[in-house]
Amino acid sequence: MASVSMTVNGKAVSGEVEGRTLLVEFLREGLELTGTHVGCDTSQCGACVVHVNGESVKACSVLAVAVDGADIRTIEGMAAPDGTLSVLQQAFQDHHGLQCGFCTPGMVMSAADLLQKNADPSEQEVREWLEGNICRCTGYHNIVKAILAAAATLRGEKIAAE
Amino acid sequence: MNKQMTGIGASSKRREDVRFLTGKGQYTDDINRHGQLYAHFVRSEVAHGKITKLDASAAAAAPGVAHVFTSKDFEGVGGVPCGWLITDKNGEPMKEPKHPILAEGKVRHVGDPIAVVVAETLAQARDAAELIDLEIEELPAVIDMREALKGGVAVHDEAPDNLCYDWEFVAENKAAVDEAIARAAHVTTLELVNNRLVANPMEPRCAIGEYDRAGDQHTLYTTSQNPHVIRLLMGAFVLGIPEHKLRVVAPDVGGGFGTKIYHYAEEAFVTFAAKKLNKPVKWTASRSEAFMSDAQGRDHVTKVELALDADNNFTALRCLTHANMGAYLSTFAPCIPTWLHGTLLAGNYRTPLIFTNVKAVFTNTVPVDAYRGAGRPEATYQLERVIDKAARELGVSPIALRKQNFIKPDQFPYQTPVAVVYDTGDYDATMDKVVEMADLAGFDARKAEAKSRGKLRGLGFAHYIEACGIAPSSLVGALGARAGLYEAATVRVNPTGSVSVFTGSHSHGQGHETTFAQVVSDMLGIPEDQIDIVHGDTNRVPFGMGTYGSRSLAVGGSAIVKSVEKIVSKARKIAAHLLEASEADITFEDGQFKVAGTDRAKAFGEIALAAYVPHQYPIEEIEPGLEETSFYDPKNFTYPSGGYACEVEVDPETGVVKVCAFHAADDFGNLVNPMIVEGQIHGGVAQGIGQAMLEHCTFDADGQPQAGSYMDYAMPRAADMPMVNIDSSCVTPCTHNPLGVKGCGEAGAIGSPPAFVNAVIDALAERGVTHIDMPLTPQAVWKAIHGASAVAAE
Repeated sequence: MASVSMTVNGKAVSGEVEGRTLLVEFLREGLELTGTHVGCDTSQCGACVVHVNGESVKACSVLAVAVDGADIRTIEGMAAPDGTLSVLQQAFQDHHGLQCGFCTPGMVMSAADLLQKNADPSEQEVREWLEGNICRCTGYHNIVKAILAAAATLRGEKIAAE
Repeated sequence: MNKQMTGIGASSKRREDVRFLTGKGQYTDDINRHGQLYAHFVRSEVAHGKITKLDASAAAAAPGVAHVFTSKDFEGVGGVPCGWLITDKNGEPMKEPKHPILAEGKVRHVGDPIAVVVAETLAQARDAAELIDLEIEELPAVIDMREALKGGVAVHDEAPDNLCYDWEFVAENKAAVDEAIARAAHVTTLELVNNRLVANPMEPRCAIGEYDRAGDQHTLYTTSQNPHVIRLLMGAFVLGIPEHKLRVVAPDVGGGFGTKIYHYAEEAFVTFAAKKLNKPVKWTASRSEAFMSDAQGRDHVTKVELALDADNNFTALRCLTHANMGAYLSTFAPCIPTWLHGTLLAGNYRTPLIFTNVKAVFTNTVPVDAYRGAGRPEATYQLERVIDKAARELGVSPIALRKQNFIKPDQFPYQTPVAVVYDTGDYDATMDKVVEMADLAGFDARKAEAKSRGKLRGLGFAHYIEACGIAPSSLVGALGARAGLYEAATVRVNPTGSVSVFTGSHSHGQGHETTFAQVVSDMLGIPEDQIDIVHGDTNRVPFGMGTYGSRSLAVGGSAIVKSVEKIVSKARKIAAHLLEASEADITFEDGQFKVAGTDRAKAFGEIALAAYVPHQYPIEEIEPGLEETSFYDPKNFTYPSGGYACEVEVDPETGVVKVCAFHAADDFGNLVNPMIVEGQIHGGVAQGIGQAMLEHCTFDADGQPQAGSYMDYAMPRAADMPMVNIDSSCVTPCTHNPLGVKGCGEAGAIGSPPAFVNAVIDALAERGVTHIDMPLTPQAVWKAIHGASAVAAE
């Protein structure tokens, strides 16, 4: 067993983990942050995407010990402390960008990273960015719309109502 | 989009979204029970074999291990039951071999469970599983259905030729169909494959069993679309636990698409093990396990023949299908290629004579059952492909050929020659609409422009019908169902006027918590946020048959409507008493009971309070309280229909197909939440295009899965999909349910594969290509373009 300490959603946390414990296991089992999901075992589906030091990372492909000391953000840390949804989360609701909700945390975390890297992505750029996030419910249509709408809002633009 | 802000017809934002968007959803794997143990399944690595040695003693002694289960632990326990009996053409019942919880001496597909290690941690269980001394004598496997029917190798001793049933429908039509085809002016024949798919909801299956010794109470938390059905199947047929001792909870469920309908061995296992070990037992599938153990979909091989007279009227249809059951019969498997397939072979057309023969075959593969659409996509695909091929052979427009043979709006209700009666529809309207949406007039210019870039452009159409809202209980009972298919709902008005609705439908992405609240809000005139929708717990919901076959609103919603109507009826009596008026003079509008023609009124909330504080109350006539339960048994299926168009560009150098545009004009009857309906089409179309272009679950000759993970099973990604252009303005309301709704969950997956394939064939027609079996991967398309000689020279 090894001790790990990290900051998760702004709070200092620590725990004892096995060398083989994955970050996603530490988050879900150790910290009971069950918003981060596991949808595959080959690092393809992206349901487990979190931010490690500001970058989107698949938490199923990182050992907990490898991110000792890191700053982690999960879906539970995306809304304001009073519960107000972030612009991106709100856009997912407004544009019906989720159905069963299982891929949603990974989609939101992945898209948030896209928008901090590219404030004005094209539809094609959004689709290509989501290569590592699989959704089985939405056909991606409304996910793409939500991300484009959130980008516009964050740029201060108003999208004409449909 | 409808701009109405609330109630039926409003695109209300989904209330369930907030919990999912903030990580507060509670899926089964998010639940941990105090002291729980973890189960790890040891599964067969071969498709067919005899277990010659199974010694778990070393594993049982490993650190943390509570017990290693094998079939010996399940002596006297039932197998996983099948919920539908098909009677074959000779009047014999289908072959129904036992499906044991754990393999009994023999394994029949890769993934067949052999033993289960239960330990304090999952890692300990996995580590201990390595210590099991297991030897299997491998037997030859049967994978191809036609080979399987030759016999020699039997999956089950009870079926030496691997035939589960040989079904004919409509048997009396056989001779007439043969004769009509023999003397037809033209016959178009097509042999095609409806490729095997893996449903792949993003949440893998999970089950937690718990046992309370004090009350002899079992609880199963499971990823199910129908917790009451699991309680029935597992309680009555497998473990012998009566309903009042068994609670099944299906909390947030991350997608189903059919594969979470069925009762699985793992559910029975954790329930059984929890009692034996007196501790909660949890099992969560890995995705690799899901590929080996979730029931899969489709897998039909079909020869279809369409006969036409000299005026291009359809005169007869003959369909000969082999349907793969896999190694065991899953819950609904036998009814998919039969009653959910044969009865839809009329499509939207007036074809007077139809005959189908379906041979259901056991193979050493993962069991096959319903997947989004279930039988109806297979029916629609063969019809819409053979009609397109006929049009091409006859040199007529595929749109005109369809319209010429459509059932016309004044012919409803329409008795088809395949048993079902369509209540309503307007197929010309949806076909015309989708032709307009697809800009058929501008297609030649787009094709020419594509050609200038070296690309082949095609535009394909399809028109589907499906049967939803499954189903009248007496009808399905006569057809072999071993359950009724009604739905139940309780509407509880609380003393302060808020409402709790307990529905037997289950939401796993469909947004029932929003849609059902809209219906109740509309009927009671109270805000949606005053209404809670409760589902997924057999101890809270009175009864239910669950969610599949696009039945939730048409059947589950109708049960809610019935209960609300009873509530309003009782509330009217209370209002009449309080307002000292005759019941006949009381009107109810916008949440207010009024004495007609006066300004005397009582709000709905005041009536609710009076019902629970009955100081001034007609206590001699009616009971206190305001709560009603209804069971709604549908009178017929519902019949959504629609026209789909797909435009593609093919790169003849690489075989890559790009979907340029997709248009859907559907008739779903009345819509409650148009936004949610559109979302269902988006998802269905993605699954349909996935089937037609990308996805294929194949096994090698030894039965090893060749697509066992997301590394090698091509799930549609965002960049594979176009935006989908949707119109739902053609509405012929269902005539036999109170909301006039038809169901929208599966249409996208039914209509899109033939539209896509027709588009690719349209693009490749100039190269002489008449058919390519799904999925139309770049390799398959390139081979079709360049022909056998090019492949040989490759």
